[in-house]
Amino acid sequence: MPDKAIVEPAVDQSKRRFMKQSLGLIAATGLGAGGAKEAGAAPPEVPPSMKGPGDGMSQYGSPAKYERKVTRVLIRSQPGTTGSGASRTPLESLDGMITPSGLHFERHHSGVPDIDPDQHRLLVHGMVKRPLIFTMDALLRYPMISRIHFLECSGNSQTLYQPAPPNLTAGETHGLVSCSEWTGVPLRVLLEEAGVDGSAQWMLAEGGDSAAMSRSIPMAKAMDDAILALFQNGERLRPENGYPVRLFLPGWEGNMSVKWLRRLKIVSAPIMTKDETSRYTDLQADGKSLMFTYPMGVKSVITLPSHGMTLRGAGLYQVSGIAWSGNGAIRKVEVSSDGGRTWTDAPLVAPVLPRALTRFRLPWKWDGTATVLKSRATDETGAVQPERQPFIAEHGNNAIFHFHAIQAWGVAANGEVKHVYA
Amino acid sequence: MSTRDLWLALALVVGGCASTAMTPRATEGPILGSEATPAQIAGWDISVGPDGVGLPPGKGTSATGAIVYEQKCQACHGAKGGGQPNDRLVGGHGTLASKAPVRTIGSYWPYATTVFDYVRRSMPYIQPQSLTDNDVYAVTAYLLHLNGIISETDEMNAQTLPKVKMPNQPNFIIVYPSRGK
Repeated sequence: MPDKAIVEPAVDQSKRRFMKQSLGLIAATGLGAGGAKEAGAAPPEVPPSMKGPGDGMSQYGSPAKYERKVTRVLIRSQPGTTGSGASRTPLESLDGMITPSGLHFERHHSGVPDIDPDQHRLLVHGMVKRPLIFTMDALLRYPMISRIHFLECSGNSQTLYQPAPPNLTAGETHGLVSCSEWTGVPLRVLLEEAGVDGSAQWMLAEGGDSAAMSRSIPMAKAMDDAILALFQNGERLRPENGYPVRLFLPGWEGNMSVKWLRRLKIVSAPIMTKDETSRYTDLQADGKSLMFTYPMGVKSVITLPSHGMTLRGAGLYQVSGIAWSGNGAIRKVEVSSDGGRTWTDAPLVAPVLPRALTRFRLPWKWDGTATVLKSRATDETGAVQPERQPFIAEHGNNAIFHFHAIQAWGVAANGEVKHVYA
Repeated sequence: MSTRDLWLALALVVGGCASTAMTPRATEGPILGSEATPAQIAGWDISVGPDGVGLPPGKGTSATGAIVYEQKCQACHGAKGGGQPNDRLVGGHGTLASKAPVRTIGSYWPYATTVFDYVRRSMPYIQPQSLTDNDVYAVTAYLLHLNGIISETDEMNAQTLPKVKMPNQPNFIIVYPSRGK
């Protein structure tokens, strides 16, 4: 009985009709080979795809038409705008560690600008010996590095601060994290050419979008591992990821990796922009707010099975998920199938890279009774992902950013998987 | 040092500067930036720090700001900054530790200069960088006055704005670089 169709992802409202059809299909196959839809393809019949040539080559490939339901999810924008909002990666539909560029999450503050790379310029100025302007052609001649890193919006999982568990899928709650190979120029090279004043401690990064989104970046990070990214997963950046050039700060809250980068101003102190004061600060239960909370905390989530899926009876399942930490590499992921009473180390899938999504998998034999699944990540600094209850006790329900507590999925006796606080 | 070593050292020094060097440092840049002129920088440098550095000449008061606000801001932020359909900008004082915190310019924002910086660079949403500096000073004055932070007649300019004390500023705790996780 246990077949590959044991679980199927739920999708958002707009996909409900498709799901009904798809569920019907899976039920039909599950009940026995030889349903109407299978005629002509299952043995002993020769499938139609072998009885005539297929489609020709294409200039730019697309996912299979049968995978069109796999899209970004929970696309929301501010009232009256189309471009001030976010879309999320459908984590439960993906596997491995790399997020396809077209499914990388989006967070824009005033839409995706249309920028001609021949017209775009990067200005480096402020406390430097030589203020410099770079064309994109010039940047492409600089020495480059490639690094695989996650990018996480610090507002990821913010619905989990709320007192009641949300009726949302893994992608809808945790999908403001994605992972790509980023290729570009080490920022340090350009800063050294400009000749940064030794007393400069900060750098303002500003985007060329209509929000002119800007953040103050500590000079220590800029000179350490910051990248001026020009390529994502082998191709030039997608427009929604900052084309033609973005700042990339490994492990730090996504908002600081300013897209459509047009200006870097070397300064002595933070500028205190809107997005580092009124936003991206963490209001605590006592009314105080934490500011400049840059690295993303150690975190994991089980994507298979997860909210909205249904297990088809007791038996063997493959639990799978992702873990990441802004502090470095993931050292350990433990999985519990009894609500956190006992834990088992889950094997990590190589490569396990610092500040990258790390896939874990663990076979699990479900006995058919109601239970709760959890995962708990530990990073190379020894930081352990906290349980939700102590995390909320420490930070309260009013924060919006940097939620990284343990995620619990309740499995009902009928196989339904739902978001629970446990 | 042998003659051969000397020759190698010399070759490295010369090669390091020559455009035909086969093995420059891995992170050596080709120096392709062009020098930016003060006029070019002035056209782009719109950031304003909490110390007021970057504030342009100009001035405005709440009365003028009210007119600008009604024309350019009210459709999204409601009458007198009351919110709806978008962010509320006024009120919420004393709510931050409650179960329903209301984060506005008055109750939450730590620096008054941020209002000027943000409005000038990003607002109004459909037409950013369209307001004059005087308009931005005036709208900033209007929003600070509605929040009870300055009086109706206080003029906001490059000297007065950085001196405005925001009530929630002492409640911010700067974490970087002390916390590593």
